[in-house]
Formats: sequence, C-alpha cells, structure tokens
Amino acid sequence: MGRWAIAVHGGAGIDPNLPVERQEEAKQLLTRCLNLGIAALSSNISAIDVVELVVRELETDPLFNSGRGSALTEKGTVEMEASIMDGTRRRCGAVSGITTVKNPISLARLVMDKSPHSYLAFSGAEDFARKQGVEIVDNEYFVTDDNVGMLKLAKEANSILFDYRIPPMGCAGAAATESPIQMNGLPISIYAPETVGCVVVDKEGRCAAGTSTGGLMNKMMGRIGDSPLIGAGTYASELCGVSCTGEGEAIIRSTLARDVSAVMEYKGVGLQEAVDYVIKHRLDEGFAGLIAVSNKGEVVCGFNSNGMFRGCATEDGFMEVAMWE
Amino acid sequence: MVGWAIALHGGGGEIPIDLPDERRIPREMALRHCLDLGVSALKSGKPPLDVVELVVRELENHPDFNAGKGSVLTAEGTVEMEASIMDGKTKRCGAVMGLTTVINPISLARLVMQKTPHINLAFAAAEAFARAHGVETAEPSHFITLENIARLKQAKEFNRVQLDYTAPTPREAGDSQTGTVGCVAVDRAGNLAAATSTGGYVNKMAGRVGDTPLIGAGTYANHLCAVSTTGKGEEIIRGTVAKEVAALMEYKGLSLTDAAAYAVDQSGPIGTCGLIAVSANGEVTMPFNSTGMFRACATEDGYSEIGIWHNN
Repeated sequence: MGRWAIAVHGGAGIDPNLPVERQEEAKQLLTRCLNLGIAALSSNISAIDVVELVVRELETDPLFNSGRGSALTEKGTVEMEASIMDGTRRRCGAVSGITTVKNPISLARLVMDKSPHSYLAFSGAEDFARKQGVEIVDNEYFVTDDNVGMLKLAKEANSILFDYRIPPMGCAGAAATESPIQMNGLPISIYAPETVGCVVVDKEGRCAAGTSTGGLMNKMMGRIGDSPLIGAGTYASELCGVSCTGEGEAIIRSTLARDVSAVMEYKGVGLQEAVDYVIKHRLDEGFAGLIAVSNKGEVVCGFNSNGMFRGCATEDGFMEVAMWE
Repeated sequence: MVGWAIALHGGGGEIPIDLPDERRIPREMALRHCLDLGVSALKSGKPPLDVVELVVRELENHPDFNAGKGSVLTAEGTVEMEASIMDGKTKRCGAVMGLTTVINPISLARLVMQKTPHINLAFAAAEAFARAHGVETAEPSHFITLENIARLKQAKEFNRVQLDYTAPTPREAGDSQTGTVGCVAVDRAGNLAAATSTGGYVNKMAGRVGDTPLIGAGTYANHLCAVSTTGKGEEIIRGTVAKEVAALMEYKGLSLTDAAAYAVDQSGPIGTCGLIAVSANGEVTMPFNSTGMFRACATEDGYSEIGIWHNN
C-alpha cells in the first residue's frame, strides 16, 4: 500500500504588491481545497475523483482564474477550458470554448468517460454538456466586477494581459523603479487571478491531474491555451501526475507536463529531479510553474516565475501553503 | 554537412490490400507529385518550414486525402478541419481547429504562428482570423466530396465513429480512402519542420478535436527531429506520440529509427498508428502498425520510397 499525496495551484506569477488581504484569501482557499482533498483521500476516494472534486471547488470560488472569476476575452465574455487525465490507463478528457458550463473540469471528465473522443470544443462541447445534463449557468455568472475592471485596464494598455506574466525581477532597470514589475508591458499594479490545477496520488499509487482556466485577460476569442492540451497543461502516467500554469505558449512548445513524465520514464530519475530539469531546461524564455506527484507518494512544486499560489500535503502529515520562493 | 531529407504521408489505417487500381493509382501519383514538389523545394534551398507548408497544401488540395478538399464529414454532415505546424529550431508553432471554409488550414496555422502571440486558434475565431488576413476561403461544397457523403451515410448506418481508413462493413461499400496528411523535412543545415492537417473522423461529433492540431500529439519538431503522426487520434493524444519520438531521442539516447518504432509500438494505439519522422542528421523513418499508410520519402543521398502497405 502506497501513501497518498496531493498538490493544488492557483497560478504562477504573483504581483509582489498584492494586497495582504488578497494574499490571505488565496491562502485560505488553497488550504480549504487541500483539506477537501485530504478528507476525500482519507476516505479512499480515487485520485481522479479527488482531482475533479478539488478543481470544482477552485472553479466555483471566484478568487482564481477558472470557472466563476475567469479572465475575460476581448469581448468581455468568458471562454473557459479544462483537461483531466487518469494516469493508470492514461485516459483523458479536455474541453475548450466553454461559455455556460458551471464546472468545466467535470465536463472534461465526462468527455473522458462518456464520449468516444478525448477533446470537445466550443458549440460541440456545449451541446455535449446539455446532453449530459451538467449544470448550466448564464455567461454573466462567471464575470466578476474585479475582472471587468481588469479588462478595462488591459484594454487601456492596448495589450494582452498575460496572467501574471512578468519579467524576472533581477532584470528590472532604472526606468522600472516606479513600477518594478510589468505584466506583458502593463504595470502589475492590479490583482489578476490565475489558472488552477490539482494533482493527486492515492493509496493505490494511482496518479491523476486536472487543470482549468479562463485563459488570458483580453484574449482573442477562440484562443486556446495550454490548460486543455494533454501533454502541455496536464499529464498523468503510471509514474506521476502534473498540472502546469504560466505562459501557455512556452508550456505548449515544451509539452511541459508530458516532459516531467518522459524524463522520469526515459532518464530514470525521480520526481524532484525531473521537475527541476524541465523547469530549468524546457521553458526557454518562458515563465511557468507546475505541481506534480509521483506514484511513490512524493509531491513537488517547481516554478521560475515570480511566485506561485500553491499548496501540498502528504499522508505523512506534511502540509504547506505558499506563494513565494 | 548532412543531407536534406523529406517524408510525407496521406494517412494510415486499414487500407485493404486489394485496393482497386482506380483507387490506388491516383493516390500513388499524388504522393509522387507531392514528394517531387518537396524535393525540388529543398534542393532550391527553401527552408523546411516553407517546404512542409507547401507539401501539405498540395495534399490538402487533393480530394482523395482527408484534409482540406476531401475532408471527411462530421455527424452533422459538415466539415471541421484542423492543422498544426512547428519549426524545430525555434520550437515556434501554430495550430487551428474547427475550420469550415479555409481552403488550406495548414497555411492558417502558419499565420497563427507568425502573426499572433498565440499558438492555437479555434472555430469561429480562427475563421475570423482567416478573413482578417485575407486567406482564401470557399463554400462547404468545395470540401465535401460525394464519396465522403456516402461514407458518412454508411458510418451512420453502422452507428459508430469511423476511424480514418477503417474499412467499413461491408467493405466493398467503400474503402474509406481518406486519412490525415503530413510532411516533415530537414535541410542541409539541420533545420527541421513538421506539419499535419486533417478533416478528422468520419461521423465525429461536431466540436471533436483530434491529435492533429495538438503540438506533441499530431505534430512535433525540435532540434533533434520532426514528426507527423496519423491514426486513432484519441489514443495518439494520450501517448503524445509525436513528442514521444523527440523524448526518446533526447532522454533515452535512441536513434531516430528506434525512437519512432518504439513510439508507434509502445506509446501509440495498437493497429491504428503511424508516423513519419526525419532527424537533424538527415535520417528518415516511416513506421506504422496499421495495415497500411500512404507514404513517401526521399533523402539527399538518393534514397526514395513510395509505399502503402508493409511489403510493397
């Protein structure tokens, strides 16, 4: 019998000036989600079910960028995407272009379990949701006042506001002293929510991973990020479960989640070494982070961004919720 | 200096060994024509990224292959095309899905790569992007062939999703001669590129996305190799088969041929997987575990092959 482990994230790259009360809210949410997952694991719920349960909770809470609280497209609407993967048989499901499904992660799960396909998108995915009878809400349900304000600021800066996309602090020049960190050309003086994810290994050693997001603030309609892409934002195998967050394009190019597993499988290294390797060698100039568990009950978080909202726990009683290095 | 190499495919699957001449010959001619086109382009020094786009455009324009004109139909009787392209040296890539009017999806994927900060655009937005860039579009009638209307009807009768090239029952009713298309190329300087394009499955659910537009599944290129896959998309996605070749070379130190064979046999779906790959050293390999795969390749040292089944 193995030992369970769980990790959750609420996105990589955090404004260092994020108001303390928002930091506290984030930590509380991560803690609540961890406890939810721990309770489920203690009652022998399978890894894939725990992943779905926890990501649903993150989607339902408006704090992070997924489900309610998703970042807005250039049109002010919400277009969500999610993916989930069960490592034991490498089964997977993914959805993109979701506009009315309350919990995209559960729709991804249904694609995996109830459709002949792995990935459904836009109206086809919405039709499938209705046929499956999942909970449907108006698009306005997902739109928060905070994000309406963020979109306005993003549009004023005439830029795509990458979730937490910020240059490394060490590179900040003299001109940047007023606003030491920028987000894709925009001063990061505002709080932005982020992608969410969860990875779990259960007592049976089964690994699973799930990722959900609203995508980039002010994104083009129809832009697909890394979150729904198996191998990029999400991957799970017999050895590990991985969920990534950060600059989507860098994650896609490197198939970041898949590479953690590939490095373990083909280089024969452990989870920590594999995570360190991909963060160091696979991201090129991109900024991203990931959470990962192994079938041995290990848990690792890795990132090269300015912080990452994360929490993890193991059966041994270890539990940590953190934002910075 | 190493030599250039190129490989292309028109899809793999259960291609009947007794494929009638009137079906076999036009496809072999198309493969030869596309190979010649690619080889001339490489010889004249065109970058591999341009070469794979050029060759895939030609395959998309050919009505006998399942991409662009000749794409198979969704359950709704519509066409929903997808494509992706990747440059090995920079690992820049572009992908599109859910296209209904763009004549050459591969060129739209290239535009996404070069003209947007994104990698992947989908459905209505991808169509709008195509219009904003003046890409050539056409009415659905351009893409829909009589053969594919019959194929959908047959698939519906059997009430199942039909894999590219899966011979429907009864087989004589149609050999489903359609499949994903792809091209990989490397030049003398070791620059690599890969491109893949498809109409997907016959009778697929509208909105279904397969492996073709997914970087790592249907298409991958880096500094070591360029790969394009074909076969049962759902399982190619979970095995990230194109990336698998690159990962096995990089992390396990396998040769291109060994990595590609392993990826098809161990990471891809049993009996429904094939791929084409070239390495930075100018090697080429085209393994498949299905009955057949329409394929062609050539290298600078004079090797050339055009084939459909395992022994031909």
